[in-house]
Amino acid sequence: MKKLVIYKNRCKACGFCIDQCPKDALSFGEEFNDSGYAAVVSDENLCIKCGTCYRVCPDSVFELIEE
Amino acid sequence: MAKNLVTPKLISEFNRFCPGCGHGLIAKMIAQVLEERGVEDDAIQVYAVGCSCFISTVIKADSIQAQHGRAPAVASGVRRARPDAVVYTYQGDGDAAAIGLSESLYAAYRNENTTAIFVNNGVFGMTGGQMAPTTLEGQKTATSIYGRNTELTGQPFKLAELIAQMPVAYVERCSLANAKLIAQTKRAIGKAFDNQLAGKGYSFVEILSPCPTNWHMDPVKAYKKLEEVVAEEYKLGVLKDSKEDSK
Ligand SMILES: Cc1ncc(C[n+]2csc(CCOP(=O)(O)OP(=O)(O)O)c2C)c(N)n1
Ligand code: SF4
Ligand code: SF4
Ligand code: SF4
Repeated sequence: MKKLVIYKNRCKACGFCIDQCPKDALSFGEEFNDSGYAAVVSDENLCIKCGTCYRVCPDSVFELIEE
Repeated sequence: MAKNLVTPKLISEFNRFCPGCGHGLIAKMIAQVLEERGVEDDAIQVYAVGCSCFISTVIKADSIQAQHGRAPAVASGVRRARPDAVVYTYQGDGDAAAIGLSESLYAAYRNENTTAIFVNNGVFGMTGGQMAPTTLEGQKTATSIYGRNTELTGQPFKLAELIAQMPVAYVERCSLANAKLIAQTKRAIGKAFDNQLAGKGYSFVEILSPCPTNWHMDPVKAYKKLEEVVAEEYKLGVLKDSKEDSK
């Protein structure tokens, strides 16, 4: 099973991953991270583990790993 | 089992780029390319002045800072002193196409066996968004507040087209506008390093990249602008591939 890991403290809430995710699985979270940004969260039910967010995030927030 | 997609070891956990800045994305792809080829310990990056200079803290490879615009000249020196190193320059448009134009052209003219990564965000980013040679016609910047007047200041400057006139190995213009074009950018960076490893000569990759802060735009809109506006002026694609040329 692949797992999408989100390093929320690296997120700067630019929104590019939300725009690029083919399944609309990403959104800004309700919690602010250590830098004060509304870090992105994913919806497990929508995510297909395609890795697009990993490829487009300028701040290395995502990792996709085999568990 | 599919390969895990992890943060490259060379990449620092945190960086000082603004939200959505393309520099972070390009840095990650350079690090991936170096690590995929197992040459990260042999890499020497040469950078100069601008937000691009943060590359030294974002990619944890050996680094040398040149004076403004002079990275290609310093990289040429590194090439001679360290024939086995993997040498690349990382520069913005104000750096490589304005003050450093001469160095950019002469490194290409000598077909130095190095890799040049050229980040075109259409402005002087670090100093507050002044007009660069690459600024689009009509684009408002800190020094063209009514929009760039091309009659007065010339047309948007096409460094890739100029470099392609030189006896170099490879020139491509790419964009970060969307996931597909980002994947193509990574392939181009990969090829630019493969050429160097094979001793083919100078490889130059221009990357259209957003500066949301100085474009005064939401980052997502800035990425869209790359697709809808910037790429109209700056055509994407391979401008030179010496291997293909000789076919
Ligand atoms: C000799 C010299 N002149 C001027 C400057 C001021 N300066 C700092 S950054 C910069 C422009 C950099 O623009 P660009 O290469 O487009 O990089 P970006 O910040 O957009 O990544 C200038 C002119 C300087 N540092 N040194
Ligand atoms: S692209 Fe990265 S930094 Fe931007 S919102 Fe998404 S996770 Fe955050
Ligand atoms: S892995 Fe793909 S589907 Fe899942 S959140 Fe990232 S971009 Fe969306
Ligand atoms: S000013 Fe522009 S180029 Fe510099 S870090 Fe911010 S977005 Fe990036």
